[in-house]
Amino acid sequence: MMIDGKIASIDGWPEPAILSSLSAGERAAQLAEVSREVRRSVVRMISAAHLGHIGGDFSVTDIATTLFFGVLRLDPANPNWPERDRFILSKGHCAASLYSVLAMRGFFPLDWLETFMQPLSILNGHPNRKIPGVEANTGPLGHGLPIGVGLAIASRLSGKNWRTFVVLGDGELQEGSNWEAAMAAGHRELDNLIAVVDRNRLQQGARTEDTNRLDPLADKWTSFGWETIEIDGHDHAALYDVFTRPGRGKPLAVIANTIKGKGVSFLEDRVEWHHKVPSPEQVERALEELSR
Amino acid sequence: MNGSSATFDCRQAFAEALTTLARQDPRIVAVCNDSVGSSNLGGFQKEFPTRLINVGIAEQDMVGVAAGLANGGYIPFVCAAAPFLTGRATEQIKADVAYSRYHVVLCGMSPGMAYGELGPTHHSIEDLSWLRAMSGLTVLVPADPDQTKSAVKWAAESDAPVFMRVGRTKVPSVSEGQAEPFVCGKANVLRQGAQATVIATGTLVSRAIEASERLAEEGVSIRVLNMSTIAPLDEDAVIAAARETGAIVTAEEAIVSGGLGAAVAAIVVRHHPVPMRILGLPGFAPTGSNEFLLDHFHLNAEGIVAAIKELRG
Ligand SMILES: Cc1ncc(C[n+]2csc(CCOP(=O)(O)OP(=O)(O)O)c2C)c(N)n1
Ligand SMILES: [Mg+2]
Repeated sequence: MMIDGKIASIDGWPEPAILSSLSAGERAAQLAEVSREVRRSVVRMISAAHLGHIGGDFSVTDIATTLFFGVLRLDPANPNWPERDRFILSKGHCAASLYSVLAMRGFFPLDWLETFMQPLSILNGHPNRKIPGVEANTGPLGHGLPIGVGLAIASRLSGKNWRTFVVLGDGELQEGSNWEAAMAAGHRELDNLIAVVDRNRLQQGARTEDTNRLDPLADKWTSFGWETIEIDGHDHAALYDVFTRPGRGKPLAVIANTIKGKGVSFLEDRVEWHHKVPSPEQVERALEELSR
Repeated sequence: MNGSSATFDCRQAFAEALTTLARQDPRIVAVCNDSVGSSNLGGFQKEFPTRLINVGIAEQDMVGVAAGLANGGYIPFVCAAAPFLTGRATEQIKADVAYSRYHVVLCGMSPGMAYGELGPTHHSIEDLSWLRAMSGLTVLVPADPDQTKSAVKWAAESDAPVFMRVGRTKVPSVSEGQAEPFVCGKANVLRQGAQATVIATGTLVSRAIEASERLAEEGVSIRVLNMSTIAPLDEDAVIAAARETGAIVTAEEAIVSGGLGAAVAAIVVRHHPVPMRILGLPGFAPTGSNEFLLDHFHLNAEGIVAAIKELRG
């Protein structure tokens, strides 16, 4: 297996049920370890494919691992279990991190990751529903939240009571479709819907606030009828606490303040690492920083 | 091709032509969606910072804003990745641009399967079908840098809505030696021939030339037309091809349901029915590089040769 000897099998990875019985400190330590492995996997996938979106992959990693390893009710052996919690990566360009998390969580064999963006692979550059664990074919920005609203309504109608998490890029919020969905979710008081904004303050070509200003972002969500919480998007304990909180009569917007490229010094908070591919030397340096 | 094997990314010719025109005409502005880099507009932005309007990741807004700019006396060139420009903002293109007849130039960057590995969401194979259905919208697919430059100039000077594909995958020059690289509404005859015609557009034009050269070695002479205007189509060239060569193959990096092939077939059926083959994409494509995918769907010289042989029996 490509991701070092360390992840030769997923047997050692904790189940959410186990995580919930751990102390907060132990749980956070486990999630930090999984997140480091996800980032290492992303580095290798992007360097092999010579394509990818490493900056956004790294800013969303801790959010994704906390959900998949600590929060979501799922059965990787039965990915279409009707009562499962739903997760949508609306910022679909960060597929490499999602695929790594899904593989490590047991949805498909780890060696599939080696086929990322290879000819005819189902591990396309953007998520698609051929892949176990993927709920929506994202990639064009601004599609995840409307689908999430539909899922939240379906959860209520069917009485199955799953929760729906949608992870959005901050630049992505410039798409109007998000605000149409936000208005509908607020109106319907969908407290089984959680939007997580990966607030790294960068988009493809520049900073969000220099392109099309989003602030005051929390106020926007609040004014659309959402409960809004701002947290550190790399703090596993804080993410876990927010994601496991029961609904309180309104949809919940979690503004997760993150650093694009988080985890590797030379990738952090630099616009060019939206989709630049690291050189072989940079790959070595990144893996080395991620092994500490 | 014409003794030269150099290949070009048409976005560079596009940006050069646009910047040159902008120096002469202060009405020219660029509108984009967080796509300064991918549209190669860095130079334009440096030179004309206030005339580059980046609305952020918001394609519907982007096309509406362009219509407003046109009403206000400007000539907006909307520069965005083709799938999002044509897919997300379809109704704005229809109502605000085509129906309203604003002089807006919609520039679909990296069309077809230029973003091969990124998958069907990032492929723009439906654009020709969707936009050909919009009355009064001129639809252009320049095949090389010279055509791209001429098309940009023509679009700036016309006073009607235009969509043009601006290719990202490297293409050889196909208009070297042509008196005029691009005339709107006119096919370029690249090879004369009497036994069949290939009508190709965009990335398939150089492949059609290659097919004609292979067939020539076998003693089969085919005509090659570069159809860089998809709408309005050069009916005379199509009818002449049907009458004079008796068989037509069309080739495009687009879905077959409504693009160049469908447009040609409608004319052939009405004026001079002859056997035809429409080469293009049957549906959503899998993952792979652009080159891989074109070969996978036989959108190459071999595929064109095979289609001609099949038609000729
Ligand atoms: C509709 C649409 N327009 C444009 C793009 C091209 N694009 C891909 S990623 C990106 C920037 C996204 O920024 P953000 O949402 O902040 O994501 P992150 O910073 O987490 O990578 C853009 C413009 C797209 N994928 N979809
Ligand atoms: Mg961002």
